[in-house]
This record gives sequence, structure tokens and C-alpha cells, in this order.
Amino acid sequence: MGILSNLINGASLGSIYAIIALGYTMVYGIAKMLNFAHGDVIMVGGYTCFCCMSYLGVHPALAVLASVVVCTLLGIIVERLAYKPLRNAPSLDVLITAIGVSYFLQNAALLIWGSDPKSFTSVVGTGSFTLFDGQLTINVTTLVAVVANIVVMVALTLFTQRTKMGKSMRAVSEDKGAAQLMGINVNKTISMTFAIGSGLAAIAGVLLCSAYPTLMPTTGAMPGIKAFVAAVLGGIGSIPGAMLGGILLGIIEIFARAYISSQMADAIVFGVLIVVLLIKPAGLLGKEIREKV
Amino acid sequence: MALLTVSDLHVYYGSIHAIKGVGFEVNEGEIVTLIGANGAGKSTTLNTVAGLLRPRKGEITFDGESLVGVPAHQMIRRGIALCPEGRRVFLQMSVKDNLAMGAFTRDPAEARETMERVYERFPRLHERRHQSAGTLSGGEQQMLAMGRALMGKPRLIMLDEPSMGLAPILVQEIFDIIRALNEGGTTVLLVEQNASMALSIADRAYVLDTGNVTMDGDADDLAHDPRVRDAYLGG
Repeated sequence: MGILSNLINGASLGSIYAIIALGYTMVYGIAKMLNFAHGDVIMVGGYTCFCCMSYLGVHPALAVLASVVVCTLLGIIVERLAYKPLRNAPSLDVLITAIGVSYFLQNAALLIWGSDPKSFTSVVGTGSFTLFDGQLTINVTTLVAVVANIVVMVALTLFTQRTKMGKSMRAVSEDKGAAQLMGINVNKTISMTFAIGSGLAAIAGVLLCSAYPTLMPTTGAMPGIKAFVAAVLGGIGSIPGAMLGGILLGIIEIFARAYISSQMADAIVFGVLIVVLLIKPAGLLGKEIREKV
Repeated sequence: MALLTVSDLHVYYGSIHAIKGVGFEVNEGEIVTLIGANGAGKSTTLNTVAGLLRPRKGEITFDGESLVGVPAHQMIRRGIALCPEGRRVFLQMSVKDNLAMGAFTRDPAEARETMERVYERFPRLHERRHQSAGTLSGGEQQMLAMGRALMGKPRLIMLDEPSMGLAPILVQEIFDIIRALNEGGTTVLLVEQNASMALSIADRAYVLDTGNVTMDGDADDLAHDPRVRDAYLGG
């Protein structure tokens, strides 16, 4: 039962990574930039939800909605102010700017909420249920993360495969110039991608804080980096890749913690990335597109 | 008045002066071709008209309105389509989705109607409508790129090197299609390195050389001009 329990916890943590990784991978796919401030959007989502519930006494569902709205707007604003002016700048400039935005968000949170960790109340309660005559206990939070991940994955897949807006995002990610010739407004598409990615980050933030209820200005940093690893592991730019990478990473991390060493768990996670990239440089589901003449 | 008028166009890539005062006209219903050697500025000219590049100086008017400063994504709404060099179809998307992208700005019901017309013109695209564009041959990809451009129902279609990399039999097929499109009422601005093919279907032509128009006139006349024959038609 130990293994099964770890597997479920790993899949749950991995689901959170996957939802964050989707934001990384979509923004990379469309804007060809690594938004290292993405992890800090998670933290903002966590704090928004925390404030709504603890200070304003709002119903958890509304608090989650509020944090999605706040993060979506935050994503759009950050893109407009920080990244849009750099659209034609070298990618290193954009990367450094993203790191700057990350520090800005962390320090803004420090200013607003202070450095004391806040104790986050799970939005879905602390209930759990047992299976196999009490041998296996699953937290509701754990289950909700997995379900949320599945819902997000299905919704995003339908969005990008079936809807006109989703298809236009794929077109932009493949060829910006050709997409413009079709009449697609690339700036609007990039803005929309940031909105979706940041809205998902809010959901991930709420789930993360529900599962690990300590909220600090740096809460988003490590999960953000791990989700980035997950996105690269799965093949950056690929939506199913982000899902696969996230879940694998969560499972590897939990197993490493349980069976190898909890101090070494993060090192093992990053080690896996290095090994995968040595064997498959484009990531597990990353595609190398060949041009036809 | 001409449908498209370009005058005294200057375009730079960084500090490189790529287009040095190019001017030409395309009248409604015509096939006009820009011919010239590699690097003469043909593609740059088309990309500038399409809004992908900004001119530093000069005027571009389409149907009486200035196009300078109009973003590329608004061109198709104004009736201008560019079928870019190297085709640039969306390789990971299906043929049908590629065509649907071409009608991004249009009403879905009207777009479906246009898609039927495109499938009639390119039956092979209909056969392969569910395949991803990356699995098509070069000639089929060119047809898809043209079909996709037509999905926006342009008044002017600009074709950049449609014959590039294609087998001779396919080149003939592509040029037959261009002629048919034109007979259907679409004005064509054609850029080609295959000057003899281009001149054979064009009404008028402009010869570009290192960013300047050096000759222009009736396509038949140019095809028989000794200077053109020596420089661009292989003697």
C-alpha cells in the first residue's frame, strides 16, 4: 500500500507541476520566451485566495475565482508592460527581464504581506477517505489536484484543437509571420496566452497551498522551477508534454523522498532532467520539425 | 487608377539599404511579375507591401488608401493576400485547418463556401484534408499555401516564388493555376526567379536589380528584349 499511496501523492503533486508547466510551455510555444516570473504568479494566486478567505471571509469557490481573475489580469499586465516592448529584442534581454519581474513580484509580496509565513486553509477542506479497509488514506486535496489537472488538460486540448482561437494560437506558435498573413493579431494572441497561463497558475497556486499550507513570498519559486523542468522534460512547447513531464516529475520527487533521501529529492529531480536531455534533447514529447523543399 | 501603387519605396535591413526607390503599379485584373536575380529585392518588396516589413520611405496605396503603417494582420481584411516564399504552411496542422486559418477574419459560413471552391480548384487538397500539412509533398504544400491565401477572398494575391524547388511538371501545373485564378478575377503580383515562366503568363513585368527597377514594360516585349534574355533567361 505504501507504493500505491506514494504513487497517488506523486501524481497529485505532479498534477500541480503539470498545471504550472502548461503556463510555461504555452508561453514558450507562442512567444518563444521563458517566463521565469511564472512561478511567482502562483504565489500571487495563493495570497489572493488566502486574503479572500481569511480576511474577507469569502466562500472558497469565490476565493479561487478571485485569484484566477487577479492572476489573469496580472499576466496580461506583466506581458504588456515588461515583455511587449521587448518583442524584437534578443532573447537574453527578455530572459533577464523575466527574472527581474520575478524579483519584483516576490518583493512586492514581501512589502504587502510581510515575510511571516501565512497558514493557508485548504479550499476543499481537510477531509480524507480510506480505501482497502483503512490501509490507504487519500486526502481530498490530493484527489482534487488530480481531477483539476485532468479537467484542465481536456479543456486545453479541446480549446487548441477545436476552437478558432485555439487553432490561431497553434498557428502563431508555428509561424508568427504566416499567422499574421492570415489576419491573426499576434500581439493579441500572445496576450491571451499569458492570460490563460496565469489563470492556470492561480489554480495551481491554490492547489499547491491547499496541499502544502505554508504561504510565503517565495512560495512560487521552487515549484516554478520544477514546473519549468517538467515542461522541458516533456518537450517545451508541447501541451501533452507538459502534462507528462509534470506528473512524472511529481512521482519521481515523491518516490525519491520516500525511498532514497528527502534531502536528495530535488537533486534527483534535476538529475533526471539532465539524463533525459542527454538522451532526448527535445524532451520526451518534443518534436523536431523537418522542413520540406 | 491602379489597384496597387508603390512609389519611391526604400526598405532597410538594419543598415543595409535593400530597396532603393522601387516603384510599380498593378492594375485590377492584371498579372504583374517582378523578376530579377537573387537578392534583387523582390521578396523584400512583397513583404513590405504585406506589412511584414516597414518601409523607411515611400508610399504604398491599395484601392486609393495608404498601406504604410498598416499592420500585417489587417492586410487580408483589406483584400491583400501574400503567399510567402517557402510556402510556410502550418506543418503540424491539418490541410483543412490550414485553409480555415486562411479564412480567420471571415464569417464561418462564407468561409465554408470558399473552402468548397478551393477544394474544387485543388482536388488533391480535398483528398488530403485530414492529413497534416507536414506530410504533403512540396507541390501539394504550394497548392495549400495558395489555397490558404485564397481563403481570405483577396482582390490581390501576391505569390512569392511559387515554383521554387518544384519539379518542372509541377511548375507548369502551378502556373496554370495562377492563370486560372487570374481569369477568375483575382489580380496577381508574382515574384519569380523562373523569369521565362513568369513572363509567359504575365501581362506586364518589372525587372529588379539590387533594389532598383531597371526595366519595365509589356511581358512579351521584355521576354524578347536582348538585355532581359542575356541576364535572366539564360541567353
